[in-house]
Amino acid sequence: MAQSTKTTITAVPLRHPFRWAAALYFLLLAGAFLVDAAHRSAYGWTDFGKYVFDRRVFIAAGVTLSLTVISMLIAIVLGVGLAVMRRSPNPVFGAVSWVFIWVFRGTPVYVQLVFWGLLSTIYHSFFIGIPGLHFGNFYLGLHIPITQDFSLFWLAIIGLSLNEAAYMAEIVRAGLLSVDSGQEEAAVSLGMSWWTTMRYIVIPQAMRIIIPPTGNEIISMLKTTSLVTAVPLVTDLYARTRNISDEIYNPIPLLMVACAWYLFFTTVLMFVQHFIEKRFARGHSPLTGYQS
Amino acid sequence: MNDTLMVEALDIHKSFGSHEVLKGISLEVKRGEVTCLVGPSGSGKSTFLRCINHLEKINAGRISVDGSIIGYREHRGKLYELKPSEAAAQRVGIGMVFQRFNLFPHLTALENVISGMVKVQKVDRSEAQQQGKDLMERVGLSDKLNHYPSHLSGGQQQRVAIARSLAMKPKLMLFDEPTSALDPELVGEVLDVMKGLAQSGMTMIVVTHEMGFAREVADSIVFMDGGIVIESGDPAEVLSNPTHERTRSFLSKVI
Repeated sequence: MAQSTKTTITAVPLRHPFRWAAALYFLLLAGAFLVDAAHRSAYGWTDFGKYVFDRRVFIAAGVTLSLTVISMLIAIVLGVGLAVMRRSPNPVFGAVSWVFIWVFRGTPVYVQLVFWGLLSTIYHSFFIGIPGLHFGNFYLGLHIPITQDFSLFWLAIIGLSLNEAAYMAEIVRAGLLSVDSGQEEAAVSLGMSWWTTMRYIVIPQAMRIIIPPTGNEIISMLKTTSLVTAVPLVTDLYARTRNISDEIYNPIPLLMVACAWYLFFTTVLMFVQHFIEKRFARGHSPLTGYQS
Repeated sequence: MNDTLMVEALDIHKSFGSHEVLKGISLEVKRGEVTCLVGPSGSGKSTFLRCINHLEKINAGRISVDGSIIGYREHRGKLYELKPSEAAAQRVGIGMVFQRFNLFPHLTALENVISGMVKVQKVDRSEAQQQGKDLMERVGLSDKLNHYPSHLSGGQQQRVAIARSLAMKPKLMLFDEPTSALDPELVGEVLDVMKGLAQSGMTMIVVTHEMGFAREVADSIVFMDGGIVIESGDPAEVLSNPTHERTRSFLSKVI
């Protein structure tokens, strides 16, 4: 490289005056909005400052985050299961998966949450075992009564995760379909079973396709948790901040508090997603691991 | 069944919907022999090859490899479909190399080679790695162990694919147009590996358009067209004095 006789090009780089003008314009616009907002009493900035780290808000943010994380974990596991069932050579699994997706994707999540809240009205108990098999009053199986105080938090989790599982199933299915059929043939030719092929060959390759929309779903779920009022669960971020705003007769500062927290979580999730995407791009980014 | 036969196919029929691709193919391959399947595209060569390791189900006839019927078990004169695990066990003994390599892109070259050993034969990982390195050396790629397939040339990828199949210690190797997707200057390196394999006594069935390879390496050549075998025999004989008009017109186009 050092003994190269090439002359490095010394040219005046192309100027972009319009970019600078546009940047300046939007900066001024944003500045003007911020200055104006800072002086507008309706925003109630003192209340915002007072409540943004309020203990109740803090706990509510934790509830929202738990709802999101737990629901998504269940939804991802269920979604992968449903998608793999759709692909299974067993037609019964395929049909079960189809019906699940049909019902849970076909009705609004808000309506589903209301239904889960009414679970104790519809069903009085839940029985795991063989129906009809009993000796007198002794039933062989597990009997779970559904009472009024069946945790609203868990009802919300059930509602959110089952709905989300239907969407995750479709995302995973698209990912599985994106893997070339030659991959499955090669694996099968090596004597791998259907499940080994799925687990070690197809699913890892599908991840690259599955992760970006899944990140999107997590962010979407974070905001969908604000609908759990329908259950009715009122300990989440949105319901709690609405509740507090009733005390101070001004809804706006608490809405700003809620937005700040939602935005904070979303930002963190975007960073996490970025690193996971990098991890699963193995063998695809043009130059990693290339040495010759 | 004759003990010297590795593959015996009897009157194989295969249809996709109403389209009959194989119209009664019979073929015998002796142990340690190399058979080349040639013929125009659409003649059913690849489909026939895929039937041999049960990637395609046949509609009629019977295929035996090393004495066992592919895809079925015979009991008191009746055929029973094999369970998926039994069919998978049968495939372990039959290596397959594809036109488009079909390496696993998320695994390195070495991981590709040992994938079957580790996941199917449950060989200890470090032991598998040692064997994998030996195989990579055998195909001349010991300096590419940790490369992902996307960083290898087509010829290198196909050699890794061959090593991956050999790792299962197959008794029969099937090659489905192994050099058709390669740039012309990369064909030689793959054919060299295949020649070495043939010399080591591996039984091979090769679907190919490489007439030079067929002439030099094959023990017999089978010319197929329209789902039937038109003629077969000694490669030098068939290639220089084809008896059938269709063989003649095909060979005049490819040589």
